[in-house]
Amino acid sequence: MAEKSGADILVQCLVDLGVEVVFGYPGGAVLPIYDALYNHPTIKHVLVRHEQGATHMAEGYARSTGKPGVVLVTSGPGATNAVTGITDALMDSIPMVVITGQVPTQLIGTDAFQEADTIGITRHCTKHNYLVKSPAKLAEVVHEAFHIATTGRPGPVVVDIPKNVQIATAPYAKPELKVHASYHPQTKADAAGIDAAVEMLAAAERPILYTGGGVINSGPQATALLRELAALTGAPVTSTLMGLGAFPASSDQWLGMLGMHGTYEANWAMNQADLILCIGARFDDRVTGRLDAFAPNSRKIHIDIDRSSINKIVDVDVAIVADVGSALDDIIALWKQRNHRQVDLTEWWARIAGWRARKSLDYAENGVEIMPQRAIADLYAATKATGKDVIITTEVGQHQMWAAQHFGFDAPNKWLTSGGLGTMGYGFPAAIGAQMGNPDSIAICIAGDASVQMNIQELGTASQYRLPVKLFILNNEYMGMVRQWQELTYESRYSNSYSDSLPDFVKLGEAYGWTGIRIEGPQELEAGIRQMLETDGPVIVDCRVAKMSNCFPMIPSGAAHTEMLLDPSQVEGVMSDEAKALV
Amino acid sequence: MHIQEELSQRHVLSLTVSNEAGILARIAGLFTARGYNIDSLTVADITQDHGVSRITIVTNGPPKVIDQIIAQLDRLVPVHKVTDLTENGPFVERELALVKVAGIGEDRIEALRLADVFRAKVVDTTIESFIFEITGTTEKIDNFVGLMRQIGLVEVGRTGVVGLIRGKDAN
Ligand SMILES: Cc1ncc(C[n+]2csc(CCOP(=O)(O)OP(=O)(O)O)c2C)c(N)n1
Ligand SMILES: [Mg+2]
Repeated sequence: MAEKSGADILVQCLVDLGVEVVFGYPGGAVLPIYDALYNHPTIKHVLVRHEQGATHMAEGYARSTGKPGVVLVTSGPGATNAVTGITDALMDSIPMVVITGQVPTQLIGTDAFQEADTIGITRHCTKHNYLVKSPAKLAEVVHEAFHIATTGRPGPVVVDIPKNVQIATAPYAKPELKVHASYHPQTKADAAGIDAAVEMLAAAERPILYTGGGVINSGPQATALLRELAALTGAPVTSTLMGLGAFPASSDQWLGMLGMHGTYEANWAMNQADLILCIGARFDDRVTGRLDAFAPNSRKIHIDIDRSSINKIVDVDVAIVADVGSALDDIIALWKQRNHRQVDLTEWWARIAGWRARKSLDYAENGVEIMPQRAIADLYAATKATGKDVIITTEVGQHQMWAAQHFGFDAPNKWLTSGGLGTMGYGFPAAIGAQMGNPDSIAICIAGDASVQMNIQELGTASQYRLPVKLFILNNEYMGMVRQWQELTYESRYSNSYSDSLPDFVKLGEAYGWTGIRIEGPQELEAGIRQMLETDGPVIVDCRVAKMSNCFPMIPSGAAHTEMLLDPSQVEGVMSDEAKALV
Repeated sequence: MHIQEELSQRHVLSLTVSNEAGILARIAGLFTARGYNIDSLTVADITQDHGVSRITIVTNGPPKVIDQIIAQLDRLVPVHKVTDLTENGPFVERELALVKVAGIGEDRIEALRLADVFRAKVVDTTIESFIFEITGTTEKIDNFVGLMRQIGLVEVGRTGVVGLIRGKDAN
């Protein structure tokens, strides 16, 4: 058999695995791979401006297309720059394969130029990682890496390839998919759990479906089944930040997001439910609030593909370890087989109507300043009116929460946000990655003035690849979320939360060949958004919003779902040490 | 404000893992990253083709944490199987220790007498010292070392625990 170099084997594997896009940045330790990619007929390489950007682009690409995101970086600083995005993908279960160059095997451990212990550094922020010491092993490892990244609970996998392994040759044949010795994620639920879940659902008087990102990860079939289960049971549906879009926001059964900045009705319904069916969510601290007061009178069923998520934080009555789609399919089939009827939930819905009447997402407007919530609501309306497919990404902060509250998502894979790690700097590159994977969609990053500066250099990447990304900055001249916590906790001592020396975002965009738009008052808002959407090519919008607005409703850390703050008048400005010590 | 601690239980976990580079760091790192305790950890290759190792970990924590430890270990790609020996019916656990004791006269005689009671073997001797080899449960070794401390303990080396479930079947 003719031999190929390690670099050629790697590229052939990527072709065989159906990879179309690689986000990367060259350097000494990956030059052989870059040469193998030179003028490649099918694999498009997107040259980023910083390796962290590449990882978030890969995440945005993956989350919006359902395909794994692929990253290629050099050794040492290339690899360490990628660590934040790798960790982000681990926390949010995003399938990603990161190829890192490494110094040649004989130099490993000698503090060689641009050597970093990539395997050691990424061991605990990857689902798995590999150092490949021979070109003969490469094909098998790369195929296994993609298998592990995309199956079970998805996550990032790093493949570290020393430079001499990229040059050395070995025979190449496309590896057979063999049964892995120790990796067998459970995707099909045990019958007993399904049985118990169906009977509990059929008997519940105050049920709620608490859904999360796992529904989206499971694929389009799972979101369809979720809708069917909701229709069969008539139960209200809420979701975590990561799960938005799995269930249509336009449905009558939709309660909105739950948790720290969730709606009053979602949090009260969780608190008063007699049955919680948790589907692909993980009882995160942002969702549960104070644990000893979390849903005190409910029985709980938890469907998760990752057994370690079950009983980690909240003890449940029924554990179903399975892929969400498969488990929902089983539940629905058994429900129908047993001819279960919808329980009369009139009383439950009447109580929910009472909580809804509090209109917890309402906000006051003064006619002078743009309320950030209004900017999101108008953006939502304007994008909807285009009739086009819209993908929203966010940075991290108040704007992220306002986007989650005021932008309605009716389909999965259209909402990309950094939930678990809360990474400022995620949203803008994620929008570039999403646009790359969905050329006909409108990809919009809703950003904050501070977050956007964390990966602002990627303006150049969008220009280079003619990606018509829209960067919509809610500029409040503050790290608003930090300021909000300082108001809640530290008597409004604004230690280092003012965004001083902001750039002129319009000019900055123009310097990179973007169109820049500034929106300064409520009367400019609609036209400004329309202009953004009608402009071909990338557009940066500096939307000046009310500087001191805070995000409500809010469950302060250490408080229960029933102790939500609905508006600023309820803020005391100080907190106990116990509450202060929580994240 | 003060930080609260929870009550712990001792558990012996037995793992089979693929014998690949970094596996030990992966497991030890999981314990530190998630704040779990390791009382002892032993590892050695156990198959003819050197493909699989057994790792025995003695840990302690509240039941919920032990449950998490097992689930987290099970999630690692190279881990084949995790068994909680403490929960899985009767099992045998053993540890080996080398115990160096110095002394003369009556102390020396007493050391030998105690070693006999504990079935420890003398594996090295000088006029003024012994090295004893002792196997047994952690508790037995703790007791032996405790007594030797009163006589003239110099130093101890311990292997940590290995364990297997009783009966004819592999776990
Ligand atoms: C990399 C990183 N560093 C720090 C933080 C902590 N943090 C969370 S929100 C926030 C402020 C964000 O400000 P901005 O982007 O302007 O958004 P706003 O809250 O004003 O909408 C900070 C500093 C973070 N989430 N990520
Ligand atoms: Mg801001």
